[in-house]
Formats: sequence, structure tokens, C-alpha cells
Amino acid sequence: MDSELIPGGVKRCSTRTFFLWTLPWIALLTWGLVSAFLCLWKGLNQTNMSNYFAFALWIVFDLSVIALGAGAFFTGFLTYIIGLKELKNIINATVIIGFICYSGAVAMLGIDIGQPIRGWFIFWHVNVHSMLAEVSFCITCYLGVLTIEYLPLILENRQADKIPALHLFSHNLHHIMAIFAATGTFLSFFHQGSLGGMYGVMYARPFAFREGFYVWPSTFFLFILSAIAAGPSFTILCTKLAEKITRKRLVPENAFQTLAKISGWLLSTYIVLKIIDTICWVYGVVPRAGLTFMDFYKEGPYGVWLLVLEIIIFGVIPAIILMTPSARKSEGWLITGCLMNCTGIVLNRFIFTIVSLAIPVMPFDKFVSYLPTWQEWGVSLALIGYGVLIFSLSYRYLPVFPKERELNPVT
Amino acid sequence: MEEEHGHGNKYGMVIDLDKCTGCGTCMVACAAENNLSVRPDESDKQHSITWMSLYKISNGKKFPDTEYSYFPRPCMHCNHHTPCVSVCPATATKIDFNTGIVSQIYARCIGCRYCMAACPYHARSFNWWDGYFPKGKGLERYLSPEVSPRMRGVVEKCSFCHHRLMRAKTKAYTENRRELEENEYITACAEACPVQAITFGDLNNPEHKVSKLAKSPYAFRLLERLGTEPKVYYLSTKDWVRKFADNYLPGEFKPVTSPKG
Repeated sequence: MDSELIPGGVKRCSTRTFFLWTLPWIALLTWGLVSAFLCLWKGLNQTNMSNYFAFALWIVFDLSVIALGAGAFFTGFLTYIIGLKELKNIINATVIIGFICYSGAVAMLGIDIGQPIRGWFIFWHVNVHSMLAEVSFCITCYLGVLTIEYLPLILENRQADKIPALHLFSHNLHHIMAIFAATGTFLSFFHQGSLGGMYGVMYARPFAFREGFYVWPSTFFLFILSAIAAGPSFTILCTKLAEKITRKRLVPENAFQTLAKISGWLLSTYIVLKIIDTICWVYGVVPRAGLTFMDFYKEGPYGVWLLVLEIIIFGVIPAIILMTPSARKSEGWLITGCLMNCTGIVLNRFIFTIVSLAIPVMPFDKFVSYLPTWQEWGVSLALIGYGVLIFSLSYRYLPVFPKERELNPVT
Repeated sequence: MEEEHGHGNKYGMVIDLDKCTGCGTCMVACAAENNLSVRPDESDKQHSITWMSLYKISNGKKFPDTEYSYFPRPCMHCNHHTPCVSVCPATATKIDFNTGIVSQIYARCIGCRYCMAACPYHARSFNWWDGYFPKGKGLERYLSPEVSPRMRGVVEKCSFCHHRLMRAKTKAYTENRRELEENEYITACAEACPVQAITFGDLNNPEHKVSKLAKSPYAFRLLERLGTEPKVYYLSTKDWVRKFADNYLPGEFKPVTSPKG
């Protein structure tokens, strides 16, 4: 039925199978849309956020997907600026993943703020000292860049490409893509950093507060590093998942290996700096606030195990796996390493968001707990439904993987 | 980013915890004065709105040595690199260097709640619901025309009854005065406190009682060592109460054993 839209020389499943595949993801997206509608209509009382938990599940999701989506700008940087040619075979997938992550995060933020209609006030009444203002500027601009990067791929659709004007436009966009890759890299470095800075500057919250360099707390640099360490791993995971589902090889192995190697080395650098940062925090910020290290790890379920899990289990171990050539060459270990790397980064964002707010600062204040409502889960999980749908549609109708035809000759 | 107060006013408050009985009149007066919305069920304190909260603390000792004290907690109107002001992306919360008052601009607040995350005192509340003033129960008749009610989805907090400052200034101007007399401008909580535990005035004016009290050896501020420089001071002669105001490593807390003056 839709064979005219499918790229030439590649095999796709039947329209019926594709339709059935999309159904669960449409259901997930619908759940999210219903939740979003309720939150916009009735207000944020639909959530379990409170005056204690001003930030909650949505911010954890936002920060996580923005970190995981960093594969887009970083792979773009490696491909167009550094010139790693083998990554051209995976760059389209990273752009799509980045677009999904950023557009999803922006949409979620639109629901998360109490007055969505006033969202533009951030630009109009901007407080240039606010890290959140910088985040908002950069992610909005970068979403524009990602759209421009995604556009030529959409225009390469078999039918769109037949229109000479569109073909020419797409062709010319390809030529100037390095400029957008550079712009994206610049914007992304800053907003990934500012997301970390958001927590690091909260000097009245000793759990989150970090010292740093000039106006940037150490979390500014750690968030950049952790995002560019996890982003490529997430790209590998998504592409490997696409390969498993389509039962095809889509990307040559050398692209995976390059990304995994870079991911591993960046992760190891990040973990070393994270350990140094934690030690500086334990002996600097914490005693100055009149607290001991253990004061932060005695509330509710948040024990030292969180730190061990984040740094050792989901930090040191995946770094070793991804840095070891023989390990990352085995598909099982590669996927395990990438999965652990991504889990570690999500855990880091969770700790900075939830645990920072859960730990009381006033000595007579009490620890309160938080569990998200179905509406919060709905909006968050809708991002997964939305992502799978966009990726599936792109894969079906656009030439996402340049080597697919070569790796899977149609007989 | 932030200029110093210079020679302007620096309004602040001293709360004598030895006098405070925990009656809650300050909370009620604050709520009535500032058009605080209510909920049909106010028992959920994590979602309700209170500009002035009351914390009950105990020395933890068994009878007959048990002692209690109460911490009335308005917005601290922090002076130094105000945690909430510096983080707000839309400049919806500002510090006025002529008065020291940290304001909240409801019509500009986008409801991102970053200020709430940055404030360690929980002095900020979010409007999780539309404003609600039950009709037929008389509450709507108490609404003050001087204070704008807040809409759903914005953050609000204690304003040191800023409208009272405006009122006092207007009166002074009509009388051709540029300076306010002591007690010409005080907050609703200070006015309502039946035991006069709350003293309000200009911390920059050495003649004001509040600035004298703030220099008492028994004076302290909440979480002072974080460096937020609150303009709300507390007084207590009890060491265990003062110890509750901040975090201390073993051996760090210095009891006030022989205060001067």
C-alpha cells in the first residue's frame, strides 16, 4: 500500500505488520496525551509533586533524555568537525534520536511549568544569571538546529526527492551541515553544562551545591562529560535494538566500535572526575554546611548504596567494558556496557533531582517521600511511545542507514 | 550581580522564640491579610499555601525536663545572592535594594518552581489549584483589595506585607515626609502576635528596636552558615533552641553562656 514511499532497494515489512507494530506505541502515546490534557486542563494537582518536591519525575526524564540525546550533537561533532568518516553511517540515526529526545523534553517542560502560556517569558523577561534561562535558550535553539539536520533526511524520501526544488534544497542543506553541526555542538555544550549548573549553583542545598570555576560549578563540566559519554552509548543501544527488531545489519561494525571506544574513554574520564568531585564535596561543601557525609545518606531509602551504584556499578564497570577492545567486540558485552552506562547517567540525574530535594536542610525539617501519579508516568512514558513511532516511521520511509542496502542485498 | 543595600532601608524581623507560644495567630493574620487561598481539606500540608509556617521543636528530653519551642518561619528575604532570585529564569522574583524585600511577581511567574528547589527554608508555595475562597462562609468578604490573588500555576511567598509599606509611604508622602517612622510599617504577623514576639523594622536604622534586637548575643538566623544572610532573626536564651537553627559538626556549637549587655 505504501510501497511508493519506501526507499528503493531495501526490504520493509508489510503495511499490516507495521500498523500492528505501531499500535502499542500509539496506546502509550495516547495515555501520555490524556495525562497531558488533564495536567493542562486541571493543573499540576494531577501530579504528586508538592511544595517539597518542586521537581520530580518529569525533570528526571527531561534531564535523562537530554543527556541520552547528546549522541546527536557529539556524533555530529565527531563526524563533521573531527572527520571520523565511519560515523557517517550512523549519523542520521543519532540526529533522529536527538530530535526525539529534545522535542520530547521541550514538550514535557511545556506541561511541567505551571503557566505554559507564559513559557516565552523566559526569553522576554530573561534573567541572564539563571542557569535555567540558559538551558531554555539553548535547547530551544538546538531543537531548531536538530530540525534543520533532520530536514534533509525527510526530503530524501523517495517521493519528496522527485520534486526538483526539494531535491536541490536537501542537497544544498547537506553541504552546509558542518555549520549546523558546529552550532549544535556549541549550543549543546552549554545547555548540557547549564543543566548540571542548575543544581550546582543551589548553594543553599548542600547536597547539590558544588564549587567550581568562575560562575560554573563543577556539575557544569560533569554534566557535559557524562552526557557525551552516555549519548553515543544510547545511540548504539537504539541502533542495536533496531537491528534486532528488523533482523538486519544496519550499520557497519566499525561505527559501533568507534562510538563505544569514545564512550568508554569519556566515561572513564568522567568517573575519575566525579570521584574527585565527590571527595572535594565531602571535605569542602559538606563540613562547611555543618554536616557530615553520612547526614545525606540516612534519609528514607537513600543510602550510600546509591553512590556505590552510580559510581562503581554503573560507572567504573561499564567504563572498563567499553574501554576493553575484546569486550566491546562481543555484542553481549557491548550492549551490557552501553546499557549500564546509560543507567548510570539516568541514576545521576535522578539523584541530583529527587534526592537533592528529598533531603531536608533545616535540622527540624522532616523527610517526605514522593511517588508519581499515573498522569506523571503517562507523560513520561509517552516520550518512549513517541520516540519509537518517530524512529519507526523514519526507518520505514527514509534512507536512515546509508549502508543498509549494501549490508542487506535484496535478492 | 547584586548590589549592596547602601544607605537604603533594610526591613527585617526579629522573632523572640522565648515569647512565642505557638498559638498560630501570625499564620492566620498573614493568611487573612494576604488573600491566601484555602482548600476544602487543608490537612495536606505539602500542597497547602502558608506564607508563615510554624515548626514545633522539642529538646527530646523526658518529663520533667521536656521543653518545646516554636519556629515561626516567614520568607527569610535573604540578602546575599538570594538563592531564589538568582535562579528564576523569568525574573519573576526580585530583591529591592531600597527595602531589602524579596518580591514575587505573580503575573510574570511561569511556574517552573526552580526557586522552590533553591530555597532551603520551604518558604515558597505553589498554587497547585485555582484560587479558592468559599462563598457563603464569609471568606470572600475578607479579601483585601490591596493584595492581588494568585492564579493557578504560580509560586507565592511572604512579601513582608509589601502593600503595607506602599500604604505607609503614600501616607507619609501626603504628609510631606520622605522617611517612615518606626512602627509606621509593620507586617500583619508582627501586628497580630498577642505576645509581641515579632518585632519588625529597619535593620539599617540603629534607632529601630529591630536593629538593636538583631545585635543581641541571643540573636541568630536560620541556616546562617549557608551564607544566605536572612533578614529574619530569632532570639532565644535556650542553647538547645539555637542549636536547632543550623547544622553543626560535633564540638562546633558554642553555647551562649555569658552574654554581654
